[in-house]
Order: sequence, then C-alpha cells, then structure tokens
Amino acid sequence: MNALLFSAVSGVIMMFSGFMLKSNAAIRTLAHILLLVVITVNILELRGITFFNIDTKGLLVFDRFALLFTLVASICTLAFFLLSSKDMERVGSNYPDYFALLFFVLCGVVISASFKSLLMLFLGIEVLSIPLYILTGSDKRNLKSNEASLKYFLMGSFSTGLMLMGIAFVYGATGTFKTGIPLGFEPGQVPVLMTAGMMLLLFSMSFKVSASPFHFWTPDVYDGAPTVFTSFMATVVKAAGFIAFMRLFNDLFGSIQFQWKLLVAIIAAATLFIGNLTAVFQQSVKRMLAYSSISQAGFMVLAVYALNDDAREGLILYTAAYSLATIGIFGLLTKMNDYTFDGFNGFAKQQPVLAVTMVIFLLSLAGIPLTAGFLSKFYMLRATINGGSIWLAVFAVLMAAISVYYYFRLIQAMYFKDGTGNAGMQLSTSFKYTMVVLAAVTILLGIFPNLLINWLYF
Amino acid sequence: MIVLLLFLVPLVGGLLLFFIKNDTAVRWWSLLVSLIVLFLSIASNVFLKSTDQLNFSAPWMGSLGSSFSLKLDGLSQVLTLLTAVSYPIILLATWKTAYRKSNNFFALMLLTQAGLMGVFTATDALLFYFFWELALIPVYFLCSGWGHERRIPVTFKFFVYTFTASVVMLVGILYLYFQTPDRSFSMQSFYALKLPATVQSWLFWILFIAFAVKMPVFPFHTWQPDTYEQSPTAATMVLSGIMVKMGLFGLIRWVWPIFPGAFHAWGDVTMSMGLIGVIYASLIAIQQDDLKRLIAYSSIAHMGIMVMATFSESAIGMQGVFIQMFNHGINIIGLWIVVELIERQFGTRKLSELGGLAQKAPALATLLVIVALGNVALPLTNGFIGEFLMFNGIWSSNTANAHRIIFTVGALISIILSAVYTLNMIKKIFFGNTNTITEQAHDAYLNEKVVLGILAVIIVVLGVYPQPLLNLGNSFVEVLMKEVNVANLIVK
Repeated sequence: MNALLFSAVSGVIMMFSGFMLKSNAAIRTLAHILLLVVITVNILELRGITFFNIDTKGLLVFDRFALLFTLVASICTLAFFLLSSKDMERVGSNYPDYFALLFFVLCGVVISASFKSLLMLFLGIEVLSIPLYILTGSDKRNLKSNEASLKYFLMGSFSTGLMLMGIAFVYGATGTFKTGIPLGFEPGQVPVLMTAGMMLLLFSMSFKVSASPFHFWTPDVYDGAPTVFTSFMATVVKAAGFIAFMRLFNDLFGSIQFQWKLLVAIIAAATLFIGNLTAVFQQSVKRMLAYSSISQAGFMVLAVYALNDDAREGLILYTAAYSLATIGIFGLLTKMNDYTFDGFNGFAKQQPVLAVTMVIFLLSLAGIPLTAGFLSKFYMLRATINGGSIWLAVFAVLMAAISVYYYFRLIQAMYFKDGTGNAGMQLSTSFKYTMVVLAAVTILLGIFPNLLINWLYF
Repeated sequence: MIVLLLFLVPLVGGLLLFFIKNDTAVRWWSLLVSLIVLFLSIASNVFLKSTDQLNFSAPWMGSLGSSFSLKLDGLSQVLTLLTAVSYPIILLATWKTAYRKSNNFFALMLLTQAGLMGVFTATDALLFYFFWELALIPVYFLCSGWGHERRIPVTFKFFVYTFTASVVMLVGILYLYFQTPDRSFSMQSFYALKLPATVQSWLFWILFIAFAVKMPVFPFHTWQPDTYEQSPTAATMVLSGIMVKMGLFGLIRWVWPIFPGAFHAWGDVTMSMGLIGVIYASLIAIQQDDLKRLIAYSSIAHMGIMVMATFSESAIGMQGVFIQMFNHGINIIGLWIVVELIERQFGTRKLSELGGLAQKAPALATLLVIVALGNVALPLTNGFIGEFLMFNGIWSSNTANAHRIIFTVGALISIILSAVYTLNMIKKIFFGNTNTITEQAHDAYLNEKVVLGILAVIIVVLGVYPQPLLNLGNSFVEVLMKEVNVANLIVK
C-alpha cells in the first residue's frame, strides 16, 4: 500500500516538475529521491509499518510475496535509473514525463503483484501497459519507434480484450471476481465457461509475458523502442507480468490444475525452444536480448507450471537475477553506437572493468554456478522436478545449454577479438561503480540466496 | 581444516594475482602458492591425518539441503596429491614461456586448481556441481585467451560439450535429491538410496555421459584432440593431466555406489565403448604427424583402459585405476613438457620436420625416453604397475564374464600399439639426421632439466616401489567394494 500510493504521487509530482525545475539534472535528482522514498516506505511496510490504513475491501492484499516483489521491482528500477536515466535525454524533449510514466508503470507493477480480485488484475495490467505504449513510441521522429508503438498497442489491446472476455467467463462460472476462494470443481465437472475463461486468461497472460506462441510482438517492439525503455520493459515489466501470472493461476485456478497443467507445460517448452533457437541467429545484440528475454520467460513459466514453495521463492529470485543482469547489459548497450556483436570486438581492452561486469551478467543469464542466474534456474528445475515432470526439466536444461552459445558469443567478441568499434565511449565513473555493484549483487545472490528469500518468511 | 585450505589457498592466491602487474612477481607468487598447496597436500598424507583435519563441514544454503562439506579419503587424497604435485611442475616447466597479461593467465590457472581441489573433495552433490563448473570456466578463458589460431571455435566446442553434459547431470542430481528421505544432497544419503532398476538405468546414463564427455570416452571424445592442440601447453597439461581424471573420479564416487545395479547391468556396454576408444585412438595416434594430437589420442587410449578396469568391478582392477590415475597424470605432463620445449625452440610440432635432436640435446633425449617408457608401461616404470593391475582386473571381471577374453586381449593389444606410436615419436624426434630446423638446437634449460628430472625420478621410484600409493588405495578400495557389494545385494 505504501509503495502504491507513494509511486502514484511521485508520478504526479514528476509530471509537474517540468514547470518548476528547468535543468534536467534537477529533474533527474528529484526522480531518484522519489524512487528512494518509494523503496524506503516499501521496506518499512515489509517490516510491518504502514502509513495508511485504507480498506481495500479485499481487492488488494499486500502479503509478503507481493511486498517482496515490489521491493525487487523498485530496486531494479533504481538500478535502471542510475545506469540509464541520463540516456533518456537523448530520446526526446519530454524528459520529466518519461519519469512520470515510469512511476505510473511502477504503480501498475504493485497492483498486479498484489491483486486479490480479477478487476484489480485488469486494472494493474492496464496501468502497466498504457504508459509503456507511450514510452515505446517516445522517439517520435523515428519510424521504427512509431511502428513498434502501434504494433504493441494493437496487439496489447487485443490481448486485453481476451483478458476481459476471460474475466467475464470466469465471473459467469463462479459468480465472483474474487480470487483465492475454493472453487470446488471436481475433475470432469468443470463448467465450460470456467475452462474457456481460464484459457483466455492463460493466453492473454502469455501475451503479456511474451511466452510462445504469443511472443511475435516482442522482438519488433523491443528492437523498435528506444533502447533505454526496452531495458525497463524487458525486465521490471516482464517480471511483474510473471508475478501476476503466477498469482492468478495459484489463487484462482490452483484447484483445477488438471485442466491447464499440460497446456502450461507445452507453452513453457515452446517458449524455451523458440526463444533459444532464434536467439542463436541474431546479429544485433539488442535483438539477441529480445529473444533471450523470451527464452528466460520460458524458464519463468516453469514456476507457473510447478506452483509450489520452490516456485514462489524461485520466481522472486529469478526476476531479481534476470532483471539485474539484463538491466546491466542494456545499460551498457544504450551507450554504444553499434549494436551488433562486432561492435563489442575488443571491448575488454578498452574497458577492462566493465568487460568483467558484463561477463558476470552474461554468465548469470546463461546460468553458470556462483551467479544468481544459476540458483534461480536451479530453483525452477527443482520446482519442476518436484512438480512431477523430470522431462520438462531435462528439456529446459538442454535449452539452457543452447543459450550458452549466444551469451558466450558476446564474451568472445569482447575478449578474444580485436576491434575498435566503440572506442572513445564516454562513460562516467558513477556508471562504472553502479555496474560493479550490480555484478557484486549478482554474485552475492548466487552464493547466499537466502539474503533475498528469507524476506518471504521473516 | 587442512582440506579447506587445499581449496582456499589457490582460490585466494589466484584472486590476488589479478592485482599484481609485474611479470616476475606474478610467476614467483603463483609458484609460491602452488608450493604451499603441495606442502599442505603432503602434510595431509603424512602427519595431519586426524579426521578433524581431513573433514570440513559448514552450513551453506540450508534451505536447499546443501552443506559445504569437504572430505579427504583415499580417492580424493591421491587426486589432490596429483593436482598439488602437478602445479609446481607445470609452472616451472613453462617458466620461460611468455604470456601477454601473465597475471590473468596465472590467476586463472590457480582458480582452476581451486576448482579441481573442490571437485575432488566435495561430499555434497550440489557443491560438487559448483566446483565442477568452477574448474571449467577458467579453463575456457585460458584456452580461448592464450591458445593458438583456431582457439575460439575449438574451445567453444569443448565448453558447450562439457556444459551441456553437466547441466543434464544437474537434473540427475536433483532427481536423486528428491528421492532421499531427508531431502539432502549429501553423499551418504545418496549412497543409502535404493532405487528401482529402471530408474537406476536412465539416471546412470545421464550421469555417465556427463563424466564420459570429460574423460573422454568414445564416442564423446571429438572435442579433445582439437582442444589439446589449440590450447596453451600449460592449460593442456592441466586438462590432460588432471581434468580428465575428474570424469573418472565422478564415475567412481558419484555413479558406482549410487547405481550399483545399473553399473553392473550396463558394464559390458560401457566396457565395449572403452575398448573401441582404446583401439581406435591408438590407431589414429600412429597416423599422427602433429605431436600434440599424437599425445591427445594416446591419452584417449589410456583413459579407455581405465574406464574398462573401473567397469570390471573388481578390487584389483580398481587398485590399478587408482594408481594409474596418478601415474598417467605424471607421465602425460612429462610428454607435454617436451612438446612445449620443442615447439618453443623450433616453432613446429610436426614429427616430419624434426629429427636428430639426440645429438644436440642429450639430456632432453634421455629424460624423454624415460617418460615415454612410462607411457608405454614398461616394467620398472610407474605405468607398468597400474596397467598390469588393470588387465588383471579386466580378466577377473565379473561384469563381462562372457567376453572377458575379448576385453583383455583388446586392452593388451593397446599396449603394443602404444609402444608403436611412442617409440615412433622418439625415433622421429631424436634420431636420424638433423635438418635445417633442428641444426641450431640447444639442450633443455636448467629449470626444464630439473622438472623433467623430478618427473623421471617419480616415474622410476613408483615403478620400483609403488607401495605408498597401493597403501593409500587399499583402504579406500576395500570400503568402496563393501559399499557396492552391500548395495548390490539389496538390489538383487
């Protein structure tokens, strides 16, 4: 509740800050301060201190899972601000508005992480998506950005339509919007309306998290959007989509798993397969990351498939590990002129420290031990095997082995090839420090995952 | 406690190296670290033998059921000793080889050592997996950073091969974890499992392939000759001398006692794979003109025999494997040192371009002949004891009762073949007439003579008096056989 209200208010403040503050530096500082406040109040709420006592009539529930994810999301946003907020200046002239929209996205993240009613799910997903449509098209003079925005908007509204239809069907079958109440359907006696509603919700959520076969918008949109915002879309927003996905299927459809288990397994396998295989053939690092985000989504779908304690813990860890690493890589990518793999040739010679942090991020994404990425994949595998499907786990690790190919291509380009593609890049010291801190956190979580996971319980 | 130090000293020493810039300081520092490790390893064998010293356990990732537990038993002792002995030798032998950014090179070398020490001592499956990868990543960077011209694709192939196999192994480990009653990754709980035969079978293959890629066993060997050829020689020594033993070690520690039924049932298949590898690799080795590839194939052949002896499930064969793991490491490092010397002096590794070196470098020739004889397993060299015990084991094997004549004869033929290619190699390098390339040859430098001398002494001493190694192996093999037999009885 704290984070929700503070980020909404912060969004409004940022909208009007353009009138008061004339320099971009001041606006940026204000945004950082507001975000720090959001993080602080959220930590306070995790520790049991709430500032507002608003009766949500059971529409929203701020349990530890929701709060912890809000914390992860807002800290990732902070990392994103620290690395990339300066690059937003280059996108267009409405600098304060971008921050305002990002804060509104954060509101949507909080709502979709803590909904207890289908109405709130819908609201959360919409609050999350609409600012993104704008941000995608914020590079107004760039045709690709416009195209991406339109594509995203059209496809997004279509999937929102599906979601509404699904919610209506579920309401028809159960007579309530509430989630988390026992349904009491026996196998073979689930009403058709319920099944149809479940399928529609499954498809629309798969669309939001870009799970296959609903992923076709992802590469174009991620590629077309200004790189700074791609970074945010591919990490925090996608992670929030997964939290909502998992919450929905845990609370509402948890008791009719026999209806959707196989379907979700197929979606997970297809997402892993398509994401990894297509990523192998990309020449642009930005597009590679778009497909890598699909393949990582495949792993996160496993959490929805398994739906046990491991899956819950693992999903939190996964979102954190994946977001930190991806934000780091995107943060560097926005500074580069050349997005191809060849652009990274010889990077290790020019920027040895940053190259090491990049290696850590890539190793984490590939799932190499001692990084957070490994443990999060490990949790997912454990959850899947515990959930009864060892073959899905075997398939997932084989796909993870394929992912090594494209992540290591970047390492090879940086370390073992010569080139001066991006020489003369201007990087501030604070940028480097932030990257080092992100890499350190990635390793720390890879050795002591309980630093994060314990917050779920204590 | 000492077991923890075996892992920590190279880890910390290696990490510190990243910050030392001076080339000479880097070399001395890494030599110092490796000597400390050697001292620790000898100490653990000779006078610090209380269980307190040889075991270490600390909580780690408690919610996952994993703990940071290390242990030195007979098997780990011989392999940690091999690692500890090899490193100073490797560092001394490549003392004069120039590396760009030598601090990173030696840091990665020491990190590999830390990973290897971890692999050989871990008694927790998850920890074992961590170390398994920790040993792999630095080697990847070593080979692709400092190797020869085709290094990038070749090393990448090697990496993808082993990584794929190892993640599949991870699934196997996870499955086992869910079978344990107390949800733990510890070796004891895994050993106590009594799995049905079909489950044993496919888990056996999942883990076996992961280890087979590393050894490598035919048909998973295709990465190996290329990688050995393209890697910097110091890394090749680590790869072929020590890392291939990781696979064998995994087989003995993490496969046999856990799946004794499947180990027995599939024994003739895996022994056949080993036999095919032995003959095939020996025949190819005879054809090779490139020194590095020749030794690479010879290594595949030797590993094949060790795999066969392991699957013979006999105590005597196991003893042989145990000794041969150590001796093969020593011998092959000796061979690589000679390759390194030749390549640095003449810029070529082609047998057809060398010749007549014996006149120019008598000391080198003498030492190489001793090492080569060890490789051929001539009596009174260290190779003989191990191979003899292994053949004995294969002959008295109860796995391949029906075919044991074929297996033994095949393995014995490999000895003849290995004599063919090894002696042929010596002939082409050292005898005949000098040519334009070898005209200006000089003898080995002092450091190289010392290193090869040490190796020669080890080879002869262990050939004449192998008792210390046998003693080390004895108790372990006894425990292992008991473990396996009890498990086997239950399964049957």
